[in-house]
Amino acid sequence: MQTKTSKSALFPYVLWIAFFVIAPIALVVYYSLLDLHGNFTLDNYKAFFSSVYLKMTLSSFWYAFLITFFTLLISYPTAYFLTKTKHKQLWLLLIIIPSWINLLLKTYAFIGIFGLYGPINAFIEVFGFDPKQMLFTDISFVFVSVYIFIPFMILPIFNSLDRLNPTLIYAARDLGASAFTTFRRVVLPLTMDGVKSGIQVVFIPALSLFMITRLIAGNRVITLGTAIEQQFLVTQNWGMGSTIAVFLILFMVIIMLITGQKDKGGRVR
Amino acid sequence: MKSLIQATIAILVVSALLFYAADALSAGGGKSGKDTLTIFNWGEYIDPDLLKEFEKETGIHVIYETFDSNEAMMTKIQQGGTAYDIAVPSEYMIEKMKEEKLLIPLDKTKIPNLKNIDPYFLDLPFDANNKYSVPYFWGTVGIVYNPSLVGDLDFSSWDDLWDPSLKRKVFLVDGAREVIGMGLNSLGYSLNSLDDQELREATDKLITLAPNVKAIIGDEITPLMINNEATVALTWSGQAADMMYENEELDFAVPEEGSNLWFDNMVIPKTSKNIDGAHAFINFMLSAESGAQNADFVGYSTPNIAAMDLMDEEVVSDERYYPSEEQRDTLEVYKNLGPDYLGKYNELFLEFKMSIR
Amino acid sequence: MNKLSASAKVYLTIVFIVLYAPIFYLIFYSFNSGGSMNNFESFTLEHYQAVFEDSRLLVILINTVIVALLSALISTIIGTLGAIGIVTVKDSKMRNTLLSLNNVLIVSPDVIIGASFLILFTMVGIKLGFASVLLAHVAFSVPIVVLMVLPKLLEMNNSLIDAALDLGATKKDVMMRVILPYIQPGIFAGFFLALTYSLDDFAVTFFVTGNGFSTLSVEIYSMARAGISLTVNAISGLVFFVTVLVVVGYYFMTSRTSKRMEGHR
Repeated sequence: MQTKTSKSALFPYVLWIAFFVIAPIALVVYYSLLDLHGNFTLDNYKAFFSSVYLKMTLSSFWYAFLITFFTLLISYPTAYFLTKTKHKQLWLLLIIIPSWINLLLKTYAFIGIFGLYGPINAFIEVFGFDPKQMLFTDISFVFVSVYIFIPFMILPIFNSLDRLNPTLIYAARDLGASAFTTFRRVVLPLTMDGVKSGIQVVFIPALSLFMITRLIAGNRVITLGTAIEQQFLVTQNWGMGSTIAVFLILFMVIIMLITGQKDKGGRVR
Repeated sequence: MKSLIQATIAILVVSALLFYAADALSAGGGKSGKDTLTIFNWGEYIDPDLLKEFEKETGIHVIYETFDSNEAMMTKIQQGGTAYDIAVPSEYMIEKMKEEKLLIPLDKTKIPNLKNIDPYFLDLPFDANNKYSVPYFWGTVGIVYNPSLVGDLDFSSWDDLWDPSLKRKVFLVDGAREVIGMGLNSLGYSLNSLDDQELREATDKLITLAPNVKAIIGDEITPLMINNEATVALTWSGQAADMMYENEELDFAVPEEGSNLWFDNMVIPKTSKNIDGAHAFINFMLSAESGAQNADFVGYSTPNIAAMDLMDEEVVSDERYYPSEEQRDTLEVYKNLGPDYLGKYNELFLEFKMSIR
Repeated sequence: MNKLSASAKVYLTIVFIVLYAPIFYLIFYSFNSGGSMNNFESFTLEHYQAVFEDSRLLVILINTVIVALLSALISTIIGTLGAIGIVTVKDSKMRNTLLSLNNVLIVSPDVIIGASFLILFTMVGIKLGFASVLLAHVAFSVPIVVLMVLPKLLEMNNSLIDAALDLGATKKDVMMRVILPYIQPGIFAGFFLALTYSLDDFAVTFFVTGNGFSTLSVEIYSMARAGISLTVNAISGLVFFVTVLVVVGYYFMTSRTSKRMEGHR
């Protein structure tokens, strides 16, 4: 059935993969095999298994996990409530609009907001507490990262919740299921695809966050993304930078294999 | 389906309108060659009025592009694709660009205004006889601090940063050369050291600074210092000048053990298609009037003596921005370390960064 | 539809306040007569005036918007077609391979994407400037579109398509009347997030641009060393207000017409 039209639909996409994914991967792998003097070597790969980079990998995963977790925690209820509002499409758009303002500017704004003399500390002082330096802590880092990723999580979840047939929920409730059971047994499984999508678009880029690791975390958090940026832009050791990138891509593939639909999906079976 | 098509058409119409608007606004941009000059510089690092004046004087159309790091700039020039006529790299990058043969030698007969530059800043090791480069701005690396928050520390020595009273109060700049260099300087070593033993000692000493370090950041330090959020920061003199302009409480010191002397310089990259225009621009920027106007706008220290005569006496005599020759003798210019040692410096810097937790 | 409870309203309000806080903060300082986002000295409109006097900045702004709109549009088309193609792939290994390839650009840091695209473009001989920037933005926006459209396709009921085919619909009809309308929310989500990717990108654009072509992000980042001028705050404030106006206006315009159409059905 209709495989023919679908195959031709795939054509521009495959072209994109070939030129913008396969070719860059080939370049990255090639550079990862070069040392500083342009000779072929496997030293970069050896260097990656040093304690510095392993520690960095662990901390990247830990922070990506934290960020994804909190993003999901905040986004799911938000998406759920949004589907119940009047003008829900408009509210959804209003969630996305802040992400269109330049990130560096927003980050500078956060530096001001979190600052010792910023509005948050002014607010705290009203209640008689001492002002606290909130910048350059894990909390501020996770907070700003979650802020950045919220729209990416809300959108897919909203979309899957929105089409949820309300009669299903009524039916479950009529059959005596509690609100929590209904959620766990009916709502959550039916929105799982959206949640998975959301987790992918948050966790994967969170692994390679950089910029805000410096601006908000003051380099107290060092991720693989930061290391790559340094290798490319400061040390100009493209070999080592590419090696770290190869590992990032490997990690991503592993994540995809774990979260990927085993044999579900595929309209034409 | 209908709304998808509607949206597509709306986007195409809006884009077409915007194209038209952009075209109307930028008369003659986009071309490069004889009648245009493409300048590649740091953002906000020139008085835009000077560009207009240059256009009016010479009839050359100026295209101004910006970068945010030396290395990124070099990658762009290396790959080609844009006919950059002028670039403004820092001194260590000039050595590198020379090695990669990315620069065109200057024709000094076309730059008579070179005479305005303080001879002290000419013929430096990174570019003997100024074959390829002309200094644009210069400065030092030092410590900017808020005197009312640090007790009686005056940072005449790097060791003041290790003072126990500064726990979690020191901000460092995110640069391996600057931070490792500071470690080396504080031990009395050269900041261009290629001695593994010295580098190890410097790193170990830096790791003992970790409890005092609040954060390692970049340009964001400016608003933090201005706001009195940060107490002490290792930074470049030019940035310190920006901060002190906004917050008069602040002070800047270059420790006596020595520090870095840096230069940003105008060069003509090999991508240039308007070499005459590029020379004309360099000469224009070196005139006393342009130099003074630019230094006033940017706030960094100018190497142009003739320009200094036209500037505010108070600024020019301020030894924090224009250190005396005696002070300048303790300063060192970065040498190109070569890829191996540059890598080593960065590794050690990473080790130091990971120790801050 | 059940009404929102009071606590749900409070929750949403807090989320919106947090999302908009930094934006209002930077707009607030765009009226600051002092030079920076620090101490508010007094009210002024001089930064807004500066925006309209700076034709270079205006051109950059317009370029940014054009690149964002066009790249989001093109990548949405490619990505949607790609997602439709991916779900028809029967072999689950093949499908996972495609999805992994899809996500490579999401996991790769911008510097790597930028540097490798620059090498590619100069190798192929694409002139650096508008075309190369547009191409790069299309390239890195495709995966997000695929990831937004995919869940809608997966949850779609096969029997819907089978029924349509049984009723004699052609493949084209199925695509136009069944599949596309069903996955439309996913398509729009992909488009909007592609806009976000494009507007936020600095590193890739920096590497692949040239010949005087620049975007707002590149401009803002390169200002960081010498201090970001409040003109940028002002221009962002203007963009923000125009966007909100357009979005709200467009929403009420279309919702009125679509209501009328629904009535006819």
